[in-house]
Amino acid sequence: MLFNRVLIANRGEIALRVIRACKEMGIETVAVFSDADKDSLHVKYADRAVNIGPALSYKSYLNMDRIIAAAKETNACAIHPGYGFLSENADFAQACVDNQITFIGPSAKTIAMAGDKSVARQTLIALGIPVIPGSDDIVSSADMACTIAGTLGYPVILKATGGGGGRGMRIAHTPEELVGAFAMAAGEAKAAFGNPTLYLEKYIEKPRHIEIQILGDSQGNYIHLGERECSIQMRYQKLIEESPSCFVDETLRKTLGETAIKVAKAVGYTNAGTMEFLVDRDKNYYFMEINARVQVEHPVTELVTGVDIVEQQILIAAGEPLKLRQDDIVLNGWSMECRINASDPADNFMPSPGQIESVIFPGGPGVRVDTHIYDRYMVTPFYDSLIGKLIVWAKDRPSAIRRMKRALAEFEITGIETTIGFYGRVFENERFQRGDIDTHFLDSME
Amino acid sequence: MGDNTYTLTSPVMGTFYRASAPGEKSLVEEGQAITPSDIICVIESMKIFTELRSEHPGVVKKILVENEDPVMKNQALIEIELN
Repeated sequence: MLFNRVLIANRGEIALRVIRACKEMGIETVAVFSDADKDSLHVKYADRAVNIGPALSYKSYLNMDRIIAAAKETNACAIHPGYGFLSENADFAQACVDNQITFIGPSAKTIAMAGDKSVARQTLIALGIPVIPGSDDIVSSADMACTIAGTLGYPVILKATGGGGGRGMRIAHTPEELVGAFAMAAGEAKAAFGNPTLYLEKYIEKPRHIEIQILGDSQGNYIHLGERECSIQMRYQKLIEESPSCFVDETLRKTLGETAIKVAKAVGYTNAGTMEFLVDRDKNYYFMEINARVQVEHPVTELVTGVDIVEQQILIAAGEPLKLRQDDIVLNGWSMECRINASDPADNFMPSPGQIESVIFPGGPGVRVDTHIYDRYMVTPFYDSLIGKLIVWAKDRPSAIRRMKRALAEFEITGIETTIGFYGRVFENERFQRGDIDTHFLDSME
Repeated sequence: MGDNTYTLTSPVMGTFYRASAPGEKSLVEEGQAITPSDIICVIESMKIFTELRSEHPGVVKKILVENEDPVMKNQALIEIELN
């Protein structure tokens, strides 16, 4: 049976995205908000809204007890966690279950497996799924790192076991560099994640970031919705995403899709999820990690497949079997997304919070804007710098690029610095237009 | 403020932290001697953490902002008595 009321444990554009899906499905919505967000659109659009505390995330959007209490007070029978915040927190998923609330996402056990990269890695190696060659376990010293690097071959990269987002990562081209990098990476990992343990991988040069969107229901049916290419990144943060990828042919798509489903089955994954891969110039692919939640860039998949991913998440969590079969999934046309961030491209992409004076949104055929901002909206410094997403659809990649350029030129935000103008330059770039991109593209463009 | 005082200001609108992580002890106390390599406070803005150091050696004279308080760009944070 479908839920009659869902609480959205998030804010900003993704809270709006979930509220919109619920409304179209006839489900009542409960928003939660911090003191900093009382004038936000998610508060206005939801049927009910509950204040969950002060601005700082750990006192509000990360406060599990307060959010569970809000769900109970309002008789919400399910919680959608969005992305970020508590979305990949196994304890929160379990707390929902313990309070007879459905968590709209994978099980706590699956989230825990997906979140510990060394556990996920060992599970997948055992299944014969290609992973980036590296230490099969934690590297406990710089000496040990050098020994392993000697067998892998340089360059190598050190990564934090508990981490992500580029923190606790260091690349080394020689044993001398590796010794210094080890201390730096361990320190950063301890500071960022409270866990200094590291592992070591062969560093793949000029890779593409390709990810597969999957859906799995509680009956054990799985499909994939094709790939997204997310190679346009700055310091491991994605900025531009597209679907399909001009680098992925039918054969590679089928292989990656089947591999993603194999990964999902191995960790008992239900609901919508993403399997991230690195693909090198010779189309060798390596599994990277599971994103156990809806992703920021999900709309590009929606626009080429016609599948409403958030609606599917809710249906799956309610126990419905997937009605879609793999054969139903056809990638039609081309979609691209730009993340509109409150950051200053002229100042090394430093945060640029502040009051927006006015906004003019782009429109016209094939343009979608997912955002929570409006005229005179205050972009506070308390949360992520993402203030919106501009997504376009067109019949092919060159048309999508032209449409994105047109939409970016229409999009005007005054009062704060944003990434809008910077994207105009990327879309003018001849290498970008040819599709000759990799995860270091933006470094080489500057 | 005399010539011998230097005031550390916030480079960005954000949240002022006296410690490097919640629950950890404060990086500096009033009266403490500091060198330019010491991190004396942290500003978080949009999930980006910026560690601030004094440009000059000296002694922490007065901490002007409470831990976890919101701060504006260029807001005075800490007065340092220069050596």
